[in-house]
Amino acid sequence: MSPLIQLDGVGKTYRSGPLEVDALRDVRLRIDEGEYVAIMGPSGSGKSTLMHVLGCLDVATTGTYRLAGADVGQMSEEDLAAVRNRRIGFVFQQFNLLASMQAWRNVELPLCYAGVARAERKDRAMAALGRVGLADRADHRPGELSGGQQQRVAIARALVTEPALLLADEPTGNLDSAATTDVLALLAELHSAGRTIVLITHEEDVADAAARVVRILDGEIHSDTGAVTA
Amino acid sequence: MNWQETVRTGWDAVRSHRLRSGLTMLGILIGIAAVMLTVGLGQGARQTVTSQINALGSNLLVVTPGSTTGTNGVRGGAGSASTLTLADATALASHDVVPDVAAVAPTVQRSESLTAGDTNWTTTVVGTTPDFATVRARTIAQGRFLTADDVTAHAPVVVLGPTTASELFGGGQALGRTVNVAGVPTTVVGVLASAGSSAATNQDDQALLPFTTAADRVIGGSARTAVQAIYMQAATNDALSGAYQEANAELLALHRIGDPADADFTITSQQSILDTANAITGALTAVLGGIAAISLLVGGIGVMNIMLVSVTERIREIGLRKALGATPAVIRRQFLVEAGVLGLAGGVAGAILGGLSAFLLSKAIGQPILVSAPVTIGAIVVAIAIGLVFGVYPASRAARLAPIDALRSE
Ligand SMILES: Nc1ncnc2c1ncn2[C@@H]1O[C@H](COP(=O)(O)OP(=O)(O)OP(=O)(O)O)[C@@H](O)[C@H]1O
Ligand SMILES: [Mg+2]
Repeated sequence: MSPLIQLDGVGKTYRSGPLEVDALRDVRLRIDEGEYVAIMGPSGSGKSTLMHVLGCLDVATTGTYRLAGADVGQMSEEDLAAVRNRRIGFVFQQFNLLASMQAWRNVELPLCYAGVARAERKDRAMAALGRVGLADRADHRPGELSGGQQQRVAIARALVTEPALLLADEPTGNLDSAATTDVLALLAELHSAGRTIVLITHEEDVADAAARVVRILDGEIHSDTGAVTA
Repeated sequence: MNWQETVRTGWDAVRSHRLRSGLTMLGILIGIAAVMLTVGLGQGARQTVTSQINALGSNLLVVTPGSTTGTNGVRGGAGSASTLTLADATALASHDVVPDVAAVAPTVQRSESLTAGDTNWTTTVVGTTPDFATVRARTIAQGRFLTADDVTAHAPVVVLGPTTASELFGGGQALGRTVNVAGVPTTVVGVLASAGSSAATNQDDQALLPFTTAADRVIGGSARTAVQAIYMQAATNDALSGAYQEANAELLALHRIGDPADADFTITSQQSILDTANAITGALTAVLGGIAAISLLVGGIGVMNIMLVSVTERIREIGLRKALGATPAVIRRQFLVEAGVLGLAGGVAGAILGGLSAFLLSKAIGQPILVSAPVTIGAIVVAIAIGLVFGVYPASRAARLAPIDALRSE
């Protein structure tokens, strides 16, 4: 298997006034294509920070990050936008849907930025909603959907561009056990279809779904059940 | 994302926030309608005054007795001293002496009571000569105007303004009827055509008598040759200042006055009246325009406020769109289109409202309100510029943030 993600000595320091917080310290991590990795750790340990670096939503202060072989640190703003658009799908804890748009319009959004034609966009958005079991709610706005349904819309949006990498930051954090089961089943299905999945969670039973568990403590990797020697 | 898509996205955002968009457009709309109305009112007033002054006649000079340059000693105001005589008018009519003057009409006038049968009507009685018609640009609707023979013969004839004729005779025939002017029986020989829309100056309500008849029998007074005003028409517009110089020199010589500063008459040109009036209406337009600019500014501050709030509350949206693959340029364009759509829609609606209310208001108050294209376009441009500066600038700043910083902002 070839490495999809390769972090070398990655550090992230937040500076607010005179205060410096090392949210990540010398992180070495390699994730191959098709892996299902759970990242765990106590609150404030740097899980979200790691996820944002992996998703190119934020840049590391030190170290290098290679995504599918390309050095992300060297990329322009436009290249990064293209990487976020084509290679990565995001699922946030707070769903982050646009309240003024119907479900299918939310799902369609990444395709707009990919330059896909209108008719095809709608077809693909409807197909993605079908895969998360919400074809009949396509015309509902987020406010008219339950939390679990909103998260499934967000997952549909994350997978509509067929990205290689799916990043989910506590996707079940705001959901009850039934909705959690739905979302985990969906992720498992996507994994078996060949997608690489990185999942952040607090809950052991959620982490059980993953083949590999990376534990973070104080911005450093504390343990890794499936470390591949780079 | 191409332009067409961006326009759709921007338009969707405008539509999906109806209240916010409506308030933004309302601010622009009111500002622009106010600018159009107030500036239009000023320009309409200017046009009315100009056309009224032009209706007096063209290339007109008016000589009045007395001086307005009374700096030394006691001197009566213009028109108060009877220092102009028929002889002055005769001299000014000489082509050899005053070649640039084409026609001269001396006048005396007074408000008098006219009677025809049982009907009574008080109007301005003017004694003048045949040139009056040329100088004051009057035409005859029925009958004839005064002739040189009438003046020589002190003929008891009268030419009535259209309003005067209908007041005295109703709809009936006026020609040939007898009118008592201050007790002097005269025969109506002509009726003037209406002077047009500038009825405010009462040019349609007057009775014209031969100068001699009026001076001898109606107005009388100590000096029967005294003249209240001499109207002169310059041959052409270019000859106006020549005519002024020549008439001034001739009158100074006739009155044996060495120093022009001591002149006992005043020559006013139509242009100087027009200039004064334009200065006044120009000031009026400036004041109205200033008020309008303030209302546009207030509207603009409203728009600015809503835009700033809207961008701030949408920084999370900007972060999300970036996370999903939008480049800063695409975000900038989206907000550009939004602001442009709001500005344009508000501007066009404001222009329609302004035009419509200008039309209705001018009907209601009987004053023309000019809808001027440059003012309208200027106001719309300002409206759009306000939207762009206060909508696009903060949005493009937000577009430069790292997506996660924008997403995290509250
Ligand atoms: N924008 C920021 N500015 C300053 N410090 C930050 C910022 N974001 C995160 N941090 C700090 O970095 C550290 C790691 O934060 P992070 O959000 O990655 O934790 P986490 O593991 O996701 O926690 P949780 O499980 O509560 O979500 C924390 O100490 C946090 O206070
Ligand atoms: Mg977190």
